[in-house]
Amino acid sequence: MVNQKLNPDMKLAENVFNNPEMIPTRNGFGEALLELGEENKNVVVLTGDLTESVRAHKFGEKYPNRLFRMGIAEQNMMSVAAGLSAVGKIPFVATFSIFATGRAWEQLRTSVCYNEFNVKIAASHGGITVGEDGASHHATEDIGIARVIPNIKVIIPVDSIEAKKATIEAARIYGPMLLRLSRDKFPVITTNETPFEIGKANVIRFGDDVTVFASGVMVYESLLAAKTLEKEGIDVRVVNVHTVKPIDEKAIITAAKETGVVVTAEEHQHIGGLGSAVAEVLIENYPVPMKRVGIRDVFGESGKPRELMEKYRITSKDIAKAVKEVLKKKFAYN
Amino acid sequence: MSFIYWGGKNMQDNLKAVANNIRKDIIKMTAEAGSGHPGGSLSCVEILVSLYFSVMNHKPEDPEWEGRDRFVLSKGHAAPALYAVLARSGYFPLEELATLRKLNSRLQGHPHRKSLPGIEASTGSLGQGFSIAVGMALGLKSDSRPNKVYVLLGDGEIQEGQVWEAANTASHYKLDNLIAILDHNGLQIDGHVKDVMNIYPIEKKWEAFGWDVITVDDGHDFEKLLAAFEKAKQQKGRPTIIIANTVKGKGVSFMENRAEWHGKAPTKEQAEIALRELETW
Repeated sequence: MVNQKLNPDMKLAENVFNNPEMIPTRNGFGEALLELGEENKNVVVLTGDLTESVRAHKFGEKYPNRLFRMGIAEQNMMSVAAGLSAVGKIPFVATFSIFATGRAWEQLRTSVCYNEFNVKIAASHGGITVGEDGASHHATEDIGIARVIPNIKVIIPVDSIEAKKATIEAARIYGPMLLRLSRDKFPVITTNETPFEIGKANVIRFGDDVTVFASGVMVYESLLAAKTLEKEGIDVRVVNVHTVKPIDEKAIITAAKETGVVVTAEEHQHIGGLGSAVAEVLIENYPVPMKRVGIRDVFGESGKPRELMEKYRITSKDIAKAVKEVLKKKFAYN
Repeated sequence: MSFIYWGGKNMQDNLKAVANNIRKDIIKMTAEAGSGHPGGSLSCVEILVSLYFSVMNHKPEDPEWEGRDRFVLSKGHAAPALYAVLARSGYFPLEELATLRKLNSRLQGHPHRKSLPGIEASTGSLGQGFSIAVGMALGLKSDSRPNKVYVLLGDGEIQEGQVWEAANTASHYKLDNLIAILDHNGLQIDGHVKDVMNIYPIEKKWEAFGWDVITVDDGHDFEKLLAAFEKAKQQKGRPTIIIANTVKGKGVSFMENRAEWHGKAPTKEQAEIALRELETW
């Protein structure tokens, strides 16, 4: 019954609500690299001493002359990638997101984006689900600080299958692009047949009362919230906003018009990321009551990914709560 | 190669004549702009003229030519010198030099790859251009292409940690197609480099990082510079840095060896005095 609400055009996995497969999105990146290596000899990968962690090790085994180990020196790695692009390579810079977007932010900005070089950033270990390593290694500001840079595209794949598609697309499209990948296992909810187009949000669940725009693992949490809320008679639309930049303005405005209120859900600070991006679109085009689910302006800590999601209030329960709160505003306006 | 015949009795006289014209361009451009960096532009004139008028393979009429050597101005604030050299090599009209730093100009305050032909990388944030050059050399070498990569660093610039990350990388990957030049004029905005943040001993540091070091005691002497480049081109198995001892503000008496001329443009009156000096040079 619940599945009738899922958008059939999205060709989601049959077992979305029945023990879906759990795979880190970084794995999809690693698989795509192997295909890209075959497809295009100009694809090269740079790693900062985390080759296996970012799933570039198999590419390195297969194409040893195209994996450049750059040591623990992310600023240089980012600018070297720019130089490689200048002589025709398609470099993937693969490291933890906090280092790719934080440590090497200005290199990403000036060496890569200002030059508009064809550099792809595989920003692995995004969000708070990095877990036990603690706040130093969590990347909860990465989307905010990356998306403010001109010329870059920012993508948060929902699962490993989408991560693979995004990686392959990244190599085919010219220009700077950042893929935010996960260390932790995320539920595989899409299939090879699920449409994926950079810049185009996917409505994966139909609903008329409220829209939840979500990214990454929070898409699945939103589906779970929608399932719970359905029992209470609340009809939730769920949109997978895998591309945070350029954001799909049309899809956001349409959903806001049709459902009247919106919630955003992301594994990121509630400042600067998807919630802010959606708010920016709506405030200029079609303002509606809105709630943002995200980390509330604090640093994380060590813990299991699930424990952290619960403690920092970014689970399906928190989405459900936000939905109810925003619905009160809808009825207040009506 | 690109040669412009200036009527002198030999090539070095020609290069000197070009260099003198470029010094005048730098003074005129920065005076007209009312801002910019004359000091560090004047110190690297002979280095850039050597590269563009003798050392490098390039085709101004075909800036994207596959066979070209690459040059990256990592000390991007010396943009006026690079622009004048590019214009006098034929990349764009000389008149355009007067638009430096003005709205809608292709001559940005610091070089921008996307706006002007001949610029290989947008630079200005110190240290980054050096890494970009290392990336170019790495890519070219990994494809066994013969092109060389030249990169000009400032001596204050090597205070940036990124420079040493890149220096490590270049020797690790044995980038013998990479030739760095250090414009060693001894001054940065805040004063003497050794007082602001000591970088010495420079030679030993670069050697320790696995580089071949060639010191040019007078970085304004074409004979010595060209000999250094010739030697650097023959390098096998490791990168080379040419440490060129230069004079900040070279050629203009009141600018020479004065840190205050790092990032200040001459007034119209000062420019006239400077141009008269360069006229009688």
